[in-house]
Amino acid sequence: MPNLRPIRVLVAKPGLDGHDRGAKIIARALRDAGMEVIYTGIRQTPEMIVEAAIQEDVDAILMSILSGAHMALFPRVMELLKHNNVDDILVAAGGILPDEDVPAIKAMGIKGCFGPGTSTEEIIKFVRENIHPERLKTEV
Amino acid sequence: MQNIVQRLLDGDRRALARMITLIENEVPAAHRYLAELHRHAGRAHIIGVTGAPGAGKSTLVTQLVRELRQREHKIGVVAVDPSSPFTGGALLGDRIRMMELAGDPNVFIRSMASRGSSGGLASSTGDVVRAMDAAGFDPIIIETIGTGQAEVEVMHSAHTVLVVYAPGMGDEIQAIKAGILEIADIFVVSKADKPGADQAAAQLSMLLGLDPNRRKGPWRIPILKTSALKTQGIVEVVDAMQQHLTVLKESGMLAQRAQRQARSEVQALILHAVMQALKTRVSEDEWSALVEAITVGERDPYSVAGELLERIRLREE
Ligand SMILES: Nc1nc2c(ncn2[C@@H]2O[C@H](COP(=O)(O)OP(=O)(O)O)[C@@H](O)[C@H]2O)c(=O)[nH]1
Ligand SMILES: [Mg+2]
Repeated sequence: MPNLRPIRVLVAKPGLDGHDRGAKIIARALRDAGMEVIYTGIRQTPEMIVEAAIQEDVDAILMSILSGAHMALFPRVMELLKHNNVDDILVAAGGILPDEDVPAIKAMGIKGCFGPGTSTEEIIKFVRENIHPERLKTEV
Repeated sequence: MQNIVQRLLDGDRRALARMITLIENEVPAAHRYLAELHRHAGRAHIIGVTGAPGAGKSTLVTQLVRELRQREHKIGVVAVDPSSPFTGGALLGDRIRMMELAGDPNVFIRSMASRGSSGGLASSTGDVVRAMDAAGFDPIIIETIGTGQAEVEVMHSAHTVLVVYAPGMGDEIQAIKAGILEIADIFVVSKADKPGADQAAAQLSMLLGLDPNRRKGPWRIPILKTSALKTQGIVEVVDAMQQHLTVLKESGMLAQRAQRQARSEVQALILHAVMQALKTRVSEDEWSALVEAITVGERDPYSVAGELLERIRLREE
């Protein structure tokens, strides 16, 4: 059954903050849910994240950010994806994202926004349900 | 969409990335694509890097890539990590150490989960390497942990195998003796900035001295010390890799190896096809009935196997 393949997710930490406990917890939870998780480590530039997502051909990118630089970094990631003609990767964000920024973040094409209190189950469910349908096809 | 094979050959890295996904997922079209890619592959020097978890493989690979970039190479990296046998999930963290290489279009890094298939891992890794090779990457480095039959099998597809050993890993030297001594072409004692590196190198040297395989034909297996911290020994490792390839070429071992490889690849494909055919043509219920019949003595394994083989053959026509 070749279409029952694991979902591949890139968990990335853009920006300069050095805390990745939250990102690691999410990465492990996704792994335990049967996904293949590529974890990039801290202090990633948007360029690094997008290049990794392309080479790893992931189904989803989850960015976790605490530093408050999201309004600078997220648009750049989305711009680079567009620049590379990538339109089938699900992008979601977690971390400290003020409520007033959420509409703007979603308008960028970032489908999910998860605050610090979000359960890992909720994130897993979101990823499973929002993968681009084209990606789950097994033929090109 | 333009043909994925053509896009890959034209250097489109998204096409390469997608091709690797198709290979990993064993989609039916993958073999057709690989057949087309085959005549564009076969040029790359394939390097295996193996050793215990934490030995410093990914760190070493990152530095090797940096040195190879100085030498104008276009490098592919395949980092294999184990999937959980329980959930099928995997945490592919090797990318962390290699992130500094991201953004360079002449470096293509792919993390692969072993996906629990013991025989399948070696063949899918080989296919991924073939796709990178056809896309013009040379050399291609495969990183796997040095435990488990599947991982050792992966190393058989490499021309040059580096076994990484870190000092202070205690009984790990026993593990090397047990399994991967035979496949090493170059030994790397990593973390040479730490105490015990000289001792580890000496121990390895003794171990190799006892082993008649210390010489592999005209090649003498070197033991090289590296420190990622001090960026030491990397040039020597890259030199040794390239010398090893030269020795393989000049001694005719490379050609022999290619022949062995071609034969075992065809055999593996046939075995795989047979197993697939069995899977699709014999239901789980039928298996249960047959197994039951054998265990109670009504049937025997030989006639059952003969019958099933006959069925696969007839249906194929
Ligand atoms: N001191 C020192 N530490 C190193 C060196 N190379 C790797 N390490 C550390 O060893 C750990 C494991 O390294 P990694 O490359 O991930 O090992 P792998 O599991 O074999 O891929 C990491 O914490 C590295 O920072 C080295 O040359 N010197
Ligand atoms: Mg590693």
